[in-house]
This record gives sequence, structure tokens and C-alpha cells, in this order.
Amino acid sequence: MRARETAGAMARSALPGFGIALAVLIAGLLLAFSVGRYPVSVGDLLAALTGQTVPQAVESVIFQVRGPRVLAAVLVGGALAVAGTAFQGLFRNPLVSPDILGASSGAALGAVIGIFLSLGIVVIQLFAFIGGLVAVAAVYAIGSMVRSRDPILVLVLTGVVVGSLLGAGVGLVKYLADPYNQLPAMTFWLLGSLAATTPGDLWPLFGPVAIGALVLLALRWRMNVMSLPEEEARTLGVATGPLRIAIVAAATLVTSASVATAGIIGWVGLVVPHLARSLVGPDFARLLPASAILGAGYLLLIDTLARTGAQVEIPLGILTAVVGTPFFIWLLTSVSKTWS
Amino acid sequence: MTLEGHDLTIGYSDRTVGAGINVSLKTGEVLALLGPNGSGKTTLLKTLLGLLPPKAGDIRLDGISLATRSARERAQAIAYVPQTHIATFAFAVETVVLMGRTAHGNLFSRPTAHDHAVAQAALERFGIGALAGRPYTMISGGERQLVLLARALAQEPQFVVLDEPTASLDFGNQGKVMNEIRQLARSGHGVLFTTHDPNHALRAADRACLLRNGEKCGDGPVQDVLNSAMLETLYGAPVTRVTDASGTTAFLPG
Repeated sequence: MRARETAGAMARSALPGFGIALAVLIAGLLLAFSVGRYPVSVGDLLAALTGQTVPQAVESVIFQVRGPRVLAAVLVGGALAVAGTAFQGLFRNPLVSPDILGASSGAALGAVIGIFLSLGIVVIQLFAFIGGLVAVAAVYAIGSMVRSRDPILVLVLTGVVVGSLLGAGVGLVKYLADPYNQLPAMTFWLLGSLAATTPGDLWPLFGPVAIGALVLLALRWRMNVMSLPEEEARTLGVATGPLRIAIVAAATLVTSASVATAGIIGWVGLVVPHLARSLVGPDFARLLPASAILGAGYLLLIDTLARTGAQVEIPLGILTAVVGTPFFIWLLTSVSKTWS
Repeated sequence: MTLEGHDLTIGYSDRTVGAGINVSLKTGEVLALLGPNGSGKTTLLKTLLGLLPPKAGDIRLDGISLATRSARERAQAIAYVPQTHIATFAFAVETVVLMGRTAHGNLFSRPTAHDHAVAQAALERFGIGALAGRPYTMISGGERQLVLLARALAQEPQFVVLDEPTASLDFGNQGKVMNEIRQLARSGHGVLFTTHDPNHALRAADRACLLRNGEKCGDGPVQDVLNSAMLETLYGAPVTRVTDASGTTAFLPG
């Protein structure tokens, strides 16, 4: 009886946190659909979404122009936040972000090679996606070959080294690229943007993100145990080796798909898990869904700002850093007690 | 039930720490593992827990080789209480204890009402039920050790293995943990713990196993094994024995 009350009390204490995360997502959705060069009223938006007839222009703005971009922001934001949360738990380090194992650097190299070879946008995205997966697989393979009592540390160090090598590769391709057409395209891609999102981009993004996120969500209680020291997790009955591979694979899948669609968008996967942790606590059973919701809302808000904040589109990667860094410092100084 | 290591050679891939070690532990019994730094206590502990494969020999749980059992099956039989540490994330005390239930669920399951009840009962048993909602990072070292004991109990194992359970505790908490170890044996658990203090072995253990340079140099009831001569050989340092009128014995180093 007592236990159920305690559990109930703890679940209730997480409710306001979930409420805030949901409020951010809803505010993000409303703003992203309404604000812009062609403003749409909330009334028109609700009418269009519930299938009522609205002016042709409004319908086209909502479904053709902003819809794909909104969905992409929701998927990419949620994906990066979930991957960051999973990696922070897996590496027992709150300073880890989804690109710790080289997913972003691998995707970047894949994309710039695609641009260098003057391939189509779909193939460039495919190259980026595969680049991310191959980079992490290589890091994992090299890390596993090193015999060590601290496999986590070896993995992180390998990730840093391989990431830096891939960065050199990106530099080389940029150096060789045609400076008038290819180089600007590479620069824009590396800065990250959702501006060019088309309806056709959504399925290749949705598939991997849904699969990876579902795997991570299904494993979310085990992730608590995985955030303990290796030997403790094993004596609690967890086969840490296979589970680590599953978590890394799922998180890499969602990260690579996101980076392939939107380019390099830093900070979301680092900041959002912290914010979510301060809202609902560190238990992954609640943290992971809260992170997903908050990440989606956060990137929607940032992307709306990128779209409307200036005369020209502000690159998303720059904005997430400009907003994310001061925010992160504020988080460190004000709420660090809750996850120290 | 019995947990026994038979003719074990223990160590890591690049070096051997000890050889020819036989050790056994029955349910309802407390075994203390003593030895100087570097004698192989921790390595033996990890080997018995199944964290480190023995280089030779076999560990058997009720006659069946531990190597044939999965991590989950091992966890249902043997719980491990590590030395206290600061966790990366500020999990609630209840969440930490609930993690002890992991081996009773499947890969995707989350704690059930029954798991919550077992966890709360384990906390109550150590008198820390009121801490359930507190962050694990914000309680004292003594309380943290009791939380890890509660987590081990929530695992519902037959055996509990503790690595220097008193190492970072103040005098009062050391006594408290020793008492809890005795209680665990009384409730039918087999308990194995390492310690640097022979007095803790005298107080809490039925048997003591002495390890020196990776070899066993004594094994038996604490009253027989723990004497000045044995301890001086074990640690290579003088030891003074004091006994009071009631016959209670203690050892002083030097």
C-alpha cells in the first residue's frame, strides 16, 4: 500500500514537468505554423487541421510550405534529444552529445563528398546517413579491439580520434572543392538548415527516427541500470555488451537520419536532456519521453526564429549554438543541484 | 544452497593474481575475506560474482557451473554491494533500490506494483523507508551504503557479496552495517564480505578466509583462524590481542 502511494507521489511529481514540455511543444507548433511572411491565424490553422475549408493560400502555406518543415523540426529535434539522453546515460557523463561517437563527422564527410561529386540531393542525404552509420560502426569496432577494463572510456577516446580524422577529411574535400559552387553548398550544409525540407524528405527521416526512438523508449528502464558502473550493471542481471550495442545502434540511426536531412545541428542533443532532467528527474523511464517532447518543441521554436528572426534565413546550427550556450551556462549555474 | 569456487586460478588476461584457491559459502553463513592490499581479495570477489572468468577451475552454484548461467540468472542468485560511490545522475533512492529488481523483469519491462512493494519493504528493513523520495546523491555515506544493501535485498538473492562495506563509513555506521550483515545471514542469506579490519570479521563473520599473495593461508571459524600469529604472518606486521573480562577479543595493529 505504502509503496504504491510513494510510487504514485513520484509519478505525480513528474506531471508538472511533462506539462511544461508539452506546453513548449504546443507553443512551438502554433508559432511555427502561424508566424512568417504569410501570417496564419490560430483560427485558420485549427480549421485547416480539422479538415474544414480555408482559403487556398492558407491551405497551401500550412500543408505545402510550413507542414513538411514543421514535421522535420519535430522529428529532428526529438531524435537528437532522445539520442543525446541515451548517450549521456550510456557514457555516464552529462556532457556527452549525440555526435560523441562520430555520427555527425561521418555524416558531414559523406555529405561533402556527395556535393563534391555533384550528386543529387537525395544521394547526398544518403551519403550523409551512411557516413554517420559507418563512422560509428568503425569507432565501435576499433574500440572493441582495444582490450581494456573500461570499455566506455576507450569508446569515447576512439570517438574523439576518429571524429578528428573525419574532420580532416571534410577539410580536405572542402580544400579540393570548386570554390564558387561547391564550397558554398558545403558550408551551408555544414551549418544546418531545415529550409529546403520537402514532403519527399519526410519518409526517409521518419523511418529511421521512428525505429531508433521506439527501440530506445522500449529499453528506457534498462538505461537506468546502464548508467551505473559496468560491473554493477552486470551484477544486477544486465548483459551490458549486447545492450550497449543496441543502444548505440538505435541512437546512431536517429542521429544519422537527422543529420542527413538537416545538416549539423549541435547543442540540441546536449541542452535538451539537461532541461528535461530538471523537469522530470533523472529516471530514464520518464526522462526519455520528456526529452523527446521537449526536443521537438525546442527545435520548432529555434527553427521559427531562424526563419523569421532576420531578413535572410539564419543557419540553424548557428542559432542552436547562440541560444544553446548561454542557456546551458544558466542551467549549470542555477539547476545543477538536480543532476550533479 | 552453496556457492563454491573449486581450485580457482584467478586474474586478468595479462597476469595471474592467484592460484589453487578453494572457497565455499553456504546460505545462512557469513564469510569474511581478509588479506593485505594486492593479495587478490577484489579479484577473487569479481571471479565469484561472475564478472571475471576464472583462468582455471570452476565456480559452482549448487553444483552447477556459474559459467553456464546468464547474467540474469546469476543476478537472481547473487547480489553485489559495491563500495559506495557518487552516482552520475541524482536518481531517487527508490529508483536505485528498484534497479535491484531488474533481473526479475524482462528486457523491456518496467517496475511493477510488486517491484515497488519489494523495494519499499527492503528500505523499511534497514530503517530508511523515509528516504525513498530523496536523491541518492544528497544522502550521507552511511545511508548510501544502506541503500545499496536494500538494493541487494530487493534482488531477492541467496547470496550477498560486499566489497569493503565499511571502508568509507564512520565508526557508528561501521557497527550498523556489521549488524545488518549478521541479520542477512539470520534471514537465510549467505554473505561474503572483504575487509581490512580483522575485528569486523570477528564481529560479523562465522568463518574467515585469509588470502596472501594470491594464495589461501587460512580458512575456518573466526575464533580458530584469527589469532595474533596468523594475522602477523598475513600482514607482515606486529599485532596485539586484547581480551576483556567477558572474553570479547579485539586486535590492535602495532
